[in-house]
Amino acid sequence: MAIQFQQHPGLVVYLTAGDAGLSNHRPGSAGGADLSLTREIALAAIDAGADVIELGVPFSDPLADGPVIQRASERALARGTRLKDVLGLAAELRAARPKAGLVIFSYLNPILRFGLAKFADAAAQAGVDGVLLTDMIVEEAAEYIAEMERVNLAPIFLAAPTSPDERLQAIAAHSKGFIYAISRTGITGKQKTLAADAAALVERIRRWSKLPVAVGFGISNADQVAEVAKFADAAVIGSAIVELIERTTLDHGEEQAPGAVARFIKGLHQPHSVQAL
Amino acid sequence: MKPGRFGAYGGRYVPETLMAALEELEHAYAEAKEDAAFQAELASLLKDFAGRPTPLYFAKRLTESLGGAKIYLKREDLLHTGAHKINNALGQGLLAKRMGKRRIIAETGAGQHGVASATVCALLGLECIVYMGEEDMRRQELNVLRMRLLGAEVRGVSSGSKTLKDAVNEALRDWVTNVRDTYYILGSALGPHPYPTMVRDFNRVIGIEAREQILEKEGRLPTAIIACVGGGSNAIGAFYQFLLDREVRLIGVEAGGRGKALGDHAARFEGGVPGVLQGTYSYVLQDENGQVSLTHSVSAGLDYATVGPEHACLHDCGRAEYVSADDAHVLEAVVKLARTEGILPALESAHAIAECMRIAPGMASHDILVVNLSGRGDKDMGILARELNIQGAQGI
Repeated sequence: MAIQFQQHPGLVVYLTAGDAGLSNHRPGSAGGADLSLTREIALAAIDAGADVIELGVPFSDPLADGPVIQRASERALARGTRLKDVLGLAAELRAARPKAGLVIFSYLNPILRFGLAKFADAAAQAGVDGVLLTDMIVEEAAEYIAEMERVNLAPIFLAAPTSPDERLQAIAAHSKGFIYAISRTGITGKQKTLAADAAALVERIRRWSKLPVAVGFGISNADQVAEVAKFADAAVIGSAIVELIERTTLDHGEEQAPGAVARFIKGLHQPHSVQAL
Repeated sequence: MKPGRFGAYGGRYVPETLMAALEELEHAYAEAKEDAAFQAELASLLKDFAGRPTPLYFAKRLTESLGGAKIYLKREDLLHTGAHKINNALGQGLLAKRMGKRRIIAETGAGQHGVASATVCALLGLECIVYMGEEDMRRQELNVLRMRLLGAEVRGVSSGSKTLKDAVNEALRDWVTNVRDTYYILGSALGPHPYPTMVRDFNRVIGIEAREQILEKEGRLPTAIIACVGGGSNAIGAFYQFLLDREVRLIGVEAGGRGKALGDHAARFEGGVPGVLQGTYSYVLQDENGQVSLTHSVSAGLDYATVGPEHACLHDCGRAEYVSADDAHVLEAVVKLARTEGILPALESAHAIAECMRIAPGMASHDILVVNLSGRGDKDMGILARELNIQGAQGI
């Protein structure tokens, strides 16, 4: 497994693949979507200290996501981004940064339409390490898990504060790579404070699993990352970065986005410092 | 078969956060179903508050006008709040109260489920928030006013197509966020288990009554039962009691909209492929990349990209037939029923009437068609006035 957290806490960075923020001057052409900005941002993020990049497959009905990621998905879809483009981007990132963790983050339907077995083969071929499906629960996952195992990909399941112990046990039993602990009930998006739910959830997960635990949903600054470091192995940053890309492209142009993301990620290990956002 | 599965269809495809709530709901519903006191309270409200049983009405003039099969209408339009939706809203409202949940959320397309939910919340003293696409709010302004008058908060949804699919997304988001104290009254026989089963159970009364009534009136079962299919709750409610009567044809009518192109209709069985949307595995209108397609129908209640999973199963095994009626024929059907029987059907229900008008003339006089008239058309007056004027059809 290439999913390794090099520092403490590790950083998992979510990007909506194919989103170019509010920039207008790279529209998807008839020849396919342009994911070059996502590639540049991902490379900058890895070089700035992101251990794992989650490449979000844009979906028309992202019901677990808040408005920031929903807007990014809409933009990426408007630019013609398809699952195969995201897999192509993963292959490019793998070639450029052999040690980075790469995870495909998606809703189930685009994967089903692509074909589960075909997707598993293509993702493994692209050098992806793991797959996280927001609307796939362990009870429905037998075929998916079998496909992931067949090509040695890590199925990453989510654990929620509302998950009772018996569900956590099943989630732990079927997960590989890391377990994604949702910090609070709700959809994705920045929060001022990290819910107390998160520490309690991670403690419960540890009873059932030796895998690293990453905490996500609502984490947007270094103080929160430092808080996560006290009880978990990694922090997941999603909406805060997607919003940073949105604002940077609007205010300064897309060429500034990779640098802004890099500065933001470097700052995440410096609590109490001024953040880029 | 696993619980919540209809053949390959159904299941639970939801964010993990909702799983505990779905399991709690499944458990609570299983208990309530077996509880005589719960069933008695529901039966009493269905009778005295909602107005059950609804009549099975012989549509003599429509029958004569079409020539062919005898046509009966199951009059769900006569229920309180104007549609079958009250059957399910009462059942789930009582269940929410029993579970101690005081905050209720619901989604609505045409507004009938929203009105039914708001009504039940007023009746039971529960807080009610209804999500509704902004396009549907525009199309169904009267029902928005009704919900507000009943004390519900109507929250407009501006994402996507601004219709039912987007309202369901927002309701699910609210539920994910407030899952500990909130009950989601889902409006049709779809979504994650146990909703498709539970909503069907609460609407089974339609078919139970219709079966008894036709046997009493005709001494035999009907040749076919016709019902419109959006999510499919009125249809599965009407069909269920006849599933084992293999000689009875079950015909579901989807929205054919304005044409066959993806985005112009909501005929999931003609233009869709199996996939996962909003918690369940069923037929979904989608593009080749698995992105959910926009839909169109003159009726807000059928304008939806997926269909209840039990219908998907009935479709694949051939027990039920699914056809579509396009907007133009539906408008014709509204006028036809209004002029022959003095009944103004909801645009949704008019899809079933349109299919009835298509097949009745070719049938024999001893054939019997039961059409489930799922709701009444008062809510659609604005659309009807506009559409019929545009088409110059005032003189039909």
